[in-house]
Amino acid sequence: MATNASFHMPLVPARPGEAPDFSYVRLSLAGAVRKPPIDVSVPYTADLAEELVRVLDDRHQAVGPWDPGLTPAELQRGLRYLLLTRIFDDRMQRTQRQGRITFYVRSLGEEAVSVAAGMALAADDMLFPSYRNQGLFIARDMPLVEMMCQLLSNSRDMCRGRQLPVMYHSKARRIFSISGNLATQFPQAVGWAMASAIKGERHIASSWLGEGSTAEADFHHALLFAKVYRAPVILNVVNNQWAISTFQGFAGGEQKSFAARGPGAGIAGIRVDGNDFLAVHAVTRWAAARAREGHGPTLVEHVTYRAGAHSTSDDPSRYRPKDDYEHWPLGDPVMRLKQHLMALGAWSEDQHVALTAELEAHVAAQWKEAVSYGTLEQGPPLDPALMFDDVYKVRTPRLELQAQQLREEHAIRMRNKAGAP
Amino acid sequence: MNDVSDAAKQTGIKQMNMVQALNSAMNIAMERDPRVVVLGEDVGYFGGVFRVTEGLQKKYGTHRVIDTPIAEGGIVGASIGMAANGLRPVAEIQFADYIYPAYDQIVSELARLRYRSAGEFPAPVTIRTPCGGGIRGGQTHSQSPEVLFAHVCGIKVVMPSTPYDAKGLLLASIEDDDPVIFFEPKRIYNGPFDGDPDKPAIGWNAHSGGQVPEGYYTVPIGKANVVRQGAALSIVTYGTMVHVCLAAASDLKLDAEVVDVRSIAPLDIDTLATSVSKTGRCLIVHEATGFAGFGAELSASIQEACFWDLEAPILRVAGWDTPYPHAFEWDYFPGKTRVKLALEKLMRAA
Repeated sequence: MATNASFHMPLVPARPGEAPDFSYVRLSLAGAVRKPPIDVSVPYTADLAEELVRVLDDRHQAVGPWDPGLTPAELQRGLRYLLLTRIFDDRMQRTQRQGRITFYVRSLGEEAVSVAAGMALAADDMLFPSYRNQGLFIARDMPLVEMMCQLLSNSRDMCRGRQLPVMYHSKARRIFSISGNLATQFPQAVGWAMASAIKGERHIASSWLGEGSTAEADFHHALLFAKVYRAPVILNVVNNQWAISTFQGFAGGEQKSFAARGPGAGIAGIRVDGNDFLAVHAVTRWAAARAREGHGPTLVEHVTYRAGAHSTSDDPSRYRPKDDYEHWPLGDPVMRLKQHLMALGAWSEDQHVALTAELEAHVAAQWKEAVSYGTLEQGPPLDPALMFDDVYKVRTPRLELQAQQLREEHAIRMRNKAGAP
Repeated sequence: MNDVSDAAKQTGIKQMNMVQALNSAMNIAMERDPRVVVLGEDVGYFGGVFRVTEGLQKKYGTHRVIDTPIAEGGIVGASIGMAANGLRPVAEIQFADYIYPAYDQIVSELARLRYRSAGEFPAPVTIRTPCGGGIRGGQTHSQSPEVLFAHVCGIKVVMPSTPYDAKGLLLASIEDDDPVIFFEPKRIYNGPFDGDPDKPAIGWNAHSGGQVPEGYYTVPIGKANVVRQGAALSIVTYGTMVHVCLAAASDLKLDAEVVDVRSIAPLDIDTLATSVSKTGRCLIVHEATGFAGFGAELSASIQEACFWDLEAPILRVAGWDTPYPHAFEWDYFPGKTRVKLALEKLMRAA
């Protein structure tokens, strides 16, 4: 008996050699989306979850109810962090290509998602990032040299040589340890926020993952626990359209926003232009106030584009058009904030050139300092015995024995030829 | 009993079954430390399907004894976040058979956070979970998955065999700054079980392990317990099987030394090796499936330490390499017959 049911494969709009096509991205006009009070009930965010909150219009003006009203000085600080993130990424990418570090992940094209949120949240709010949120560390003034030492797995590596490059953490800056396993940080952020509420504290938590990771069970656990306990948390989906080679349609994004999962799960949802610094800032402020005042969690979808490769191990020209990003309808976050500042008369081309040169020199100087503490290839090496620490608070007898065995192995390797294993 | 601290000696001793002992441990932990919270499915208003958390929500409130959705991965994920924010979560996974949705959070996160953050973000979470068969639970309510966690570096794994050890080990687990998976052999919640399901059930009242101090004490993690001295052979076992092994050795009138492993990870190899070096013969018994079970690690570790003292090959008795079938529960369970056959074989060997 025949059936009318058919097997559906999500449509990928353009493959290599084809013309870029972003007609699937649903846009709203800048200033057109309403801004409800922070205590809005969840069903009344359903439209916000499908519209697109934008503040910057085509003439680079801030318009509409979501204009965060930042001062030119604050905007300039935002531009500095955005540019620093981009220059840092660019330099580290080249460093990886030179073989100085083993791996790198750029955030090219989506810097505003992290930087604007990092600036909008309170300094003691707790952040649970993914691996493409380096802008959060930068917006919290983490010295680049600390991040570089992690990338180099050198003598000052905060992870003591245990983590892949870019898996930073900072207890002092209240940024949680980054995992290579996707989405695990989402329910952890909710648990952190639940504890904050249990203890009666005002701190909220915020977490980020990619749209591809919404497929993981942990995403759903996070929404569920956030809803059930009305946890003071912001859950951010960074929809950069691509999970390595897999288009967002394969995570369920066809004709349905990711933000809409929020109202579907009983929490507020809102979709924002992730390349609009002002819009991300305003939405984050709104969601943070909502959480802090006890009105519950918010799921924020940031619509952006992964302009670079997934990582230094990836080649996107094999699965998408080479000139895709040039046609991305939401533009470039650095350029858009720069043009806004210039439209305000608070920035000039000369200032931009000077800032770029200053930040490039800063990154170069930080790199020079980081390398002075050693590199993975050339040393001085970390003490391999560190491998046995922090498995438990105190080494077990078995770990003590293994540390001793490794020392003996090293003695033999040194006697043989130059430490070969 | 061993390991009784001075504080415990000063408090009253009460007759308790394992459920009451575990409840007492959590009650004391919550009273002593406001950071301790309990969460899990049915643990709050209802007091848990095995009654282990009974009365705690009434006493400590809904913000410290938290009913959760049926999402084990969410329970453990949220517990990790709570621990990162200064609480001491005690999470219940209703049956060990249900723990697998939380496996990624346990293996990739809970166990590794201290390591990957170089000590900045430890996760002191205790996960309690009832395990083992003999309650007509079929293959989804009878499993003993301890070896799946013993293999994961960064977590501790314990399984008590008496109410006394259960209370002391649970208090030690909650206080421990590392994560602990706490397996509760549910067949012996209400009494020691010698492996014969046709005999009338007996309670803990006639057993010294049911004499439990009412106050605070701990049983250290990482220490095995010689529950019966003997010279003819060593039986190395844990959980429900401790009692089955004692009965089997008694039936055969063997001068067996019975060692309760108690702490699966870290393993107290010194106590096990001392016993086997003394007796020269070793039988390892656990309820979980034998192939690549924890008995394999025990056998290898004991052999490495005691090879020249051994008078016979080390033998293992375990559940079969099948799921735990509902209708054939007592054919799967490594009961006295299987243990006795192995003991006789071990004593016949050269």
